[in-house]
Amino acid sequence: MKKYLGPLSKDNPILVQTLGVCSALAVTAQLKPAVVMALSVTVVCAFSNLIISLIRNTIPPRIRIIVQLLIVSFWVVLVDLLLQAYFYEISKLLSVFVGLIITNCIIMGRLEAFALSHKPWPSFMDGVMNGVGYGLVLVVVAFFRELLGSGTLWNHQVIPKALYQIGYLNNGLMILPPMALILVGVMIWIRGSRVDR
Amino acid sequence: MPDIFNIFIRSVFIDNMVFAYFLGMCSYLAVSKSVKTAGGLGLAVCFVLAVTVPVNYLIDKYLLQPGALAWLGEGFADVDLSFLSLIIFIAVIAGMVQLLEMVIERHMPALYMALGIFLPLIAVNCAILGGSLFMQERNFPTVIHSFSYAIGSGLGWLLAITSMAAIRERLKYANIPEPLRGNGIAYIITGLMGLGFMAFLGF
Repeated sequence: MKKYLGPLSKDNPILVQTLGVCSALAVTAQLKPAVVMALSVTVVCAFSNLIISLIRNTIPPRIRIIVQLLIVSFWVVLVDLLLQAYFYEISKLLSVFVGLIITNCIIMGRLEAFALSHKPWPSFMDGVMNGVGYGLVLVVVAFFRELLGSGTLWNHQVIPKALYQIGYLNNGLMILPPMALILVGVMIWIRGSRVDR
Repeated sequence: MPDIFNIFIRSVFIDNMVFAYFLGMCSYLAVSKSVKTAGGLGLAVCFVLAVTVPVNYLIDKYLLQPGALAWLGEGFADVDLSFLSLIIFIAVIAGMVQLLEMVIERHMPALYMALGIFLPLIAVNCAILGGSLFMQERNFPTVIHSFSYAIGSGLGWLLAITSMAAIRERLKYANIPEPLRGNGIAYIITGLMGLGFMAFLGF
């Protein structure tokens, strides 16, 4: 089990390998879309890893990128249609970023680096753990952005009304895109200073 | 005409690919170590966007949108193929990049040398697919609008990555806390640049 835990902190895809940053930051203004996004990426990553690993010996190396892209986009379309059918509101909120999972570098990176050379079950677990490592960062960033930016968590008011009456204000900056980048920068900073010690 | 110009300016400064939508962040962070390579990658992105977005626009308008197949005859008027758009877009992008690479290598060897390794990498740059998906979401009226959007976004990306590379070249001489060096400070600088770009919104 231990060998699968790397992506959670030591090899975290976002904080350490800088993969998959594109979609990670755009969906973190609130907790709910961030969790849905993390789940979608985990599903896509795990199952495309599984399929690529199953057919790894039959893919001609020359066209493997296109084969990988097609398999990933198959899963992404599936996830996209499911979201539109059952969570329409959230899928509107995520807009193009569900589609952009196709070009999420975590998935391509894992397919290239792991699934092409490992057996199906380890590949599946590797996909799941990388998705979870990605999700952890998303959830932490979204937690702070939603709490400080709108005073809510999962759309429920968390900061008491009384606080607003004595002059507390939501930090509007937190909802704006640049703040996501700065938060991730700070997370890398904290992580770096703890690991080095 | 002013419409087209507006779309152009808006996509360079206000809806900047990097600062407003975080598209193409992976290569943006990885390749922004020197101005020269950053400029090369920026140009390649610009170029590929300018080709793929209009092509995808035409495909979307005449093949995929609900009712887009009406030109084939009455029976096709209510066909909706939009669920295919993701797969088709990524296939067009991968194919186009391959094609462009061959054409440039054959006819413009100087440009080919300048773009080098970046051209094939661009197929998996999310700024490219993002460009096509935003184009689809915004429903531009003509192909010229989508072309101006593509050029604008490409230039915006080029602007972002070259200025970032310039800052990082200077950063070598700065005394940054050890754990923050490298990517940490790069994120924070991008955030601050994004704040600067928000001034174009004009509150």
